[in-house]
Amino acid sequence: MAERLSNREGIKGMANPTRYGMLRVAYWLQRLSGLGLLAYLIGHIYETSTILNGKAAWDNMLSLTETPGGHIVLVIVIGMCVFHTGNGIRVMISEGGKGIGRPGQPEYPYKAVSLSSKQRLCIWVSIALAALAMMYGAGVLFGN
Amino acid sequence: MATVEVPKEEKDAHAASAPQQSEPKTITLRIARINPSEQHEPKFEEFKIPVQKWTTVLEAILFVKQNLDHSVAVRYSCRQASCGSCGMKINGKPRLACYTKISELDSPVITVEPMNNFPIIRDLAVDFKQMFATHKRMKPFVINEESEVKPGTKEFVQKPEDLEKFLQFSYCIKCGLCNSACPTMSTDKSFIGPQGLAQAYRYTADNRDKGKNERLKIVDESHGIWRCHFAGSCSYVCPKGVDPAMAIQLLRGYLLGFGK
Ligand code: HEM
Ligand code: SF4
Ligand code: FES
Repeated sequence: MAERLSNREGIKGMANPTRYGMLRVAYWLQRLSGLGLLAYLIGHIYETSTILNGKAAWDNMLSLTETPGGHIVLVIVIGMCVFHTGNGIRVMISEGGKGIGRPGQPEYPYKAVSLSSKQRLCIWVSIALAALAMMYGAGVLFGN
Repeated sequence: MATVEVPKEEKDAHAASAPQQSEPKTITLRIARINPSEQHEPKFEEFKIPVQKWTTVLEAILFVKQNLDHSVAVRYSCRQASCGSCGMKINGKPRLACYTKISELDSPVITVEPMNNFPIIRDLAVDFKQMFATHKRMKPFVINEESEVKPGTKEFVQKPEDLEKFLQFSYCIKCGLCNSACPTMSTDKSFIGPQGLAQAYRYTADNRDKGKNERLKIVDESHGIWRCHFAGSCSYVCPKGVDPAMAIQLLRGYLLGFGK
C-alpha cells in the first residue's frame, strides 16, 4: 500500500515504450531482446543437452526446430541477436559519455542534445540490420 | 542569434468564415481528485472550461478553483516555468502546467493527474521531500577551501568555455518531471534519479570545484548511477533543456576513466 501511495508507475510504466521517444523504445527493445536471448540460451542448452541421452533423443529434439513454428522462433532469435548487439554497442559507447554531444547554451524549444539524430540513426540502423538478418535467415530456413 | 519570425496575417478566403481568434473554445478538463489518507485511487471530476489559444493548463485549473470548485489542490508559484512547482501528468506525460498551452495538446479533453513516482499530498500536489533530500546529498555547492574572497585574494576566473561545461545543468528548477518519466525511478524507490545525478555532474564539471571524488563516491553505489540505462526519458520531458541524460553519461564517463 505504501508503494501505491508513493504513486510509482511500477513495471507497467517501466515497460511502456510509447511516451518518451525513440531512446525509450530502444531501451524497451534492448530489455526485451536481452531477456529473449537469455530464454533462448537456456532453451538452447537444454536442447543440446539431449545428445547425452543418445542419438534418438537428439534427433527427436532437432525435428522440433525443423517445423515452421521452430523456424519462426529461430528467425526471431536472429533478429533479437542482431538488434541487441547493434544497439548494445551504441549503449556501451554512450554510457561511457561518448557520442552524446557536448553541453552548451540551451535555447528554446530546449531539444535535448543527447537525444540527437545521431543516436536515433544508430537505433534505426540496428533495427534495419536486424530486419535484413531476419529476412536472410527466413530465406535460408524456409528456402529448402 | 535566434530570430523570431512574425507570422504573416492570414487573409485567405477561409479566414473570413473561421471563428474569431478571441472567441473562446470549450474543452473538458478532467482533474484527478485524491486524498491519500482516505482513498487509494483517484476519482476524476470533469469541468467544462472556456479556453483561448494562449490558455495554459495551469490557468484552466485556476479557472476551476475560482469559478467551479475551490477545493482542487494544486501547487504553483511563478507561472513562468521558473519555480518548478507545477509539475503534473498532463494527458499521460509529465509537464509543467504553467508551460503547457491547452492548444498545443490538440485534444478536446485534457486529463491532469499527480506526477508518478512521487508520493501524493492531495489531488495534483506531490511530495518532493525525497527528491530535495537526494539533491542535498549530491553536495550541490562548489567545494573549495579557497572559495572565500579575502583581502588580497581575487574571485575565480572562469572562461566562457569553462562555464559552458556546466551552465545548462545549472538551469535545473527541481520540478521533478525527469524523475517522473524515468523508467528506473518507476520501480526503484532508492534510485538517486536523473535530477540528483545531473546536479552531481553540474558541480563536478565546474572548474572551481574540488569535490569530484566525494561526489563520485556518492553516486557509485548500488542504487546510484549504474541503474541508469540511458532510456533518455528524463531529457525528453525536461522543460529547461538541462538534458540530465547527457549529464549522467558524462558523469559515468568520469567513473569509467573516459572523462577528464
Ligand atoms: C555482442 C553481444 C552483446 C552485446 C554487445 C550486449 C550488450 C548489452 C548491453 C550494453 C546491455 C545493457 C543495456 C542497458 O544498459 O540497459 C545489455 C543488457 C542485457 N543483455 Fe546483452 N549484449 C550482448 C549479448 C547478449 C546475450 C547473448 C544475451 C543473452 C544470453 C544478453 C542478455 C542481456 C540481458 C538479459 C540484458 C539485461 C537487459 C536489461 O536489464 O535491460 N546479451 N546487453
Ligand atoms: S533536470 Fe529538468 S526535468 Fe529534471 S528537475 Fe531539473 S528542470 Fe526539472
Ligand atoms: S508555476 Fe512555477 S514552474 Fe510552473
